[in-house]
Amino acid sequence: MRQDGVLAGYDPGNLFCEMLRPGEPPHSALSLLHERLRFLPVEALRRRAADAERDLLERGITFTVYSDATAIDRILPFDLIPRVITADEWRTLETGVIQRVRALNLFLYDVYHERKILADGVVPRELVLGNAAYREAMIGFDPPHGTYVHVCGTDIIRDDNGRFLVLEDNARTPSGVAYVVENRHMSLRVLSDLMAGLQVRSVDEYGLQLHRAMTEIAPAGVSDPQVVLLSPGIFNSAYFEHVFLAREMGVPLVEGRDLLVEDGRVWMRTTAGLAPVHTIYRRLDDDFLDPDAFRPDSQLGVRGLMEAWQRGAVSIANAVGTGVADDKAVYAYMPRIIRYYLNEDAILSNVDTRSCAEPEGLTYTLAHLHELVVKPVAESGGYGLLIGPHASKVELDEFRARLKANPANYISQPMVKLSVSPTLCDNGVKARHIDLRPFAVTGRDTWVLPGGLTRVALRAGSLVVNSSQGGGSKDTWVLA
Amino acid sequence: MSETVSASKHLIARQAGSALWLARYMERIENLARLLDVTKTFARDAEGGRNWLSLLRINDDTAAFFARHATPEGASVAHFYLLDAENPTSVQSAIRYARENARTLRALISTEMWLQINVFHGEIRALSAIDIVPEGLSGVCAMLKEGVQAHTGITEGTFYRDQCWHFYMMGRHLERADQMTRLIDTRFNALLPSAATDAAIDAGGWNELLRAAAGYHAYRREHPHGYVPREVAGFLLLNGAFPRSAGLSLAQLDWHLTTLRSRYHLRGCAPALTRLDHLRTMLASQTVDDILGRGLSPFLDWMQRELAALHDDIVTRLCGG
Repeated sequence: MRQDGVLAGYDPGNLFCEMLRPGEPPHSALSLLHERLRFLPVEALRRRAADAERDLLERGITFTVYSDATAIDRILPFDLIPRVITADEWRTLETGVIQRVRALNLFLYDVYHERKILADGVVPRELVLGNAAYREAMIGFDPPHGTYVHVCGTDIIRDDNGRFLVLEDNARTPSGVAYVVENRHMSLRVLSDLMAGLQVRSVDEYGLQLHRAMTEIAPAGVSDPQVVLLSPGIFNSAYFEHVFLAREMGVPLVEGRDLLVEDGRVWMRTTAGLAPVHTIYRRLDDDFLDPDAFRPDSQLGVRGLMEAWQRGAVSIANAVGTGVADDKAVYAYMPRIIRYYLNEDAILSNVDTRSCAEPEGLTYTLAHLHELVVKPVAESGGYGLLIGPHASKVELDEFRARLKANPANYISQPMVKLSVSPTLCDNGVKARHIDLRPFAVTGRDTWVLPGGLTRVALRAGSLVVNSSQGGGSKDTWVLA
Repeated sequence: MSETVSASKHLIARQAGSALWLARYMERIENLARLLDVTKTFARDAEGGRNWLSLLRINDDTAAFFARHATPEGASVAHFYLLDAENPTSVQSAIRYARENARTLRALISTEMWLQINVFHGEIRALSAIDIVPEGLSGVCAMLKEGVQAHTGITEGTFYRDQCWHFYMMGRHLERADQMTRLIDTRFNALLPSAATDAAIDAGGWNELLRAAAGYHAYRREHPHGYVPREVAGFLLLNGAFPRSAGLSLAQLDWHLTTLRSRYHLRGCAPALTRLDHLRTMLASQTVDDILGRGLSPFLDWMQRELAALHDDIVTRLCGG
């Protein structure tokens, strides 16, 4: 091994390393990649990383952070060392994600129709019907093909045994897929020598598949449906992704002010006058979608959209009210939900989760607080959570008080030692924790993009991969 | 035109407006750079102050300028136009607005266009007082011109020529026509030899005017014998081969509007076409001598008002207001 090679001195300790995979039988593609990394000097990697960073900034592959009226374009830090998923692993992930999306859609159909799963006592009634994300407006509504979750981003981690575990379902408007494709383009630009000859599956098909799904769900009888992407606008932090998706689908990128409902139909304002719209892929939260139905102060939505949708004049993806399915408390019931509707065991396990709404869950959580991860059910982005083993005595005491005051707001999980990947840091190539978000697109059927967003916690020891909290990303190489 | 361009694809009205503005702001940057460069070159003598003042007049900026600076001179005017992000007519503002429009259009313009605007934006933002000292000013103007020319070239080579491109091109030609009328209006009368003094032709001044318009060499080729005011006016206003003449800009504007109406069936083109038709007739039915005889300034004022109205016709009827 070269003394200055990328893997020289790299030590993941007793964590599961996705690159070295100790204990697994040798895998030819991985061995080839190891070899190449061993002969790539760290300084060369650092130069390429600097090139890549400048390139991302210049291309505006950025998210925008607003503070004090100034807009700062930040790139999602990109770590060049790829994350590899073998063909066998991918088969498990793909079937597991498809199974999960099916169950989510069946669950949503049920809770907005007969509510059998509630009547049968599998999921507590209050958890669903009392949920802030449950939308009365959706009761009795039949979306085409029974699909509510057209785009699903399932957050998946691996534990110290290399076992895949689902951490969270993102069934509202999951983001990040643009980075999957752009990271690949970047790899092809600056790392083609590392990739040469490896059978890495392409991620270029996403836009086509998304457009196909949007076409499939269009109102019946429309032969060449007009699809649009509805964005909150250029000031949204994910605007780059909206641009990316509109471009990849070849459809107009619109804002609420470009659309209107008239004569029960949805129209867009074009240079030629009003033109009909049939499917809306919206990247706007439920609350802002229609001031008549939800937040009356929303400037971003379209007045009357819900009514037009419910009459079948237009289709909207993802459906309204899916938040009740990706709720952190409902998540705890997902293995049972899968079994209930599909009569199958979950292919991908959950992290063992206790709901503090249940007395025994609360008792256990309070007793083991120092070894658990406790999350508020209504937060996202990694905010407001407690990582027991990393918390001080004072922090534990404070959190205990908060938990007792509102136990129903929390779930607890054992601290999973997330798998790691070699990552270029200021002080060399180090082991950093990663997760994975594959993207599943569903119209009539479900298709999973062979890849996904690998997020990496760039701070040493950190388990929080969110971009808002110092996370970066890696290219995800699914081997054929 | 080719059958492969789909005339049935819709363009969001708001985005058509952004395309128009993107082109206008980019054109403005090049125009400003040209004006600053020639003004600096020719403002070395005692007349310097007057030249800087006329640059402010071209852009209707005298009031805004004097609210910030006491004296129109190289340093203050360069600061006003190159560094002052608060001044809406500075290159700082122009590139910011251009980039914002480009951001709105990112799904429609080419990735190369976006990349170049993004990098150009960074270069302009990075300008500081050190860059605009007298020795450096020409270099900055060259950077600005080259940046816009790179944009123009990338646009020519990569921008898909559907509706959105037509709107972009209309913005470019509207801006060029407008800038040309302003340029002539502010410089022409000052350069006319006064009959009373029978002064010699101010070759340097005419030279400056033509260089600012990027028409010096073409004019020389067309009129090698010297400067005749009516020929300069005719060249800048009516010449059909000079890329920035008002007449050529209007002719191209006409082609884009006509294409949008006939190929894309945009009925909203009608008022703009009617107005443009009248404007072009007024320009074509008169000789330069007619125009000079009736008064150049009133005619140019009228043209500027008509160009502004034309812009409004396009924006209100086609770009959603």
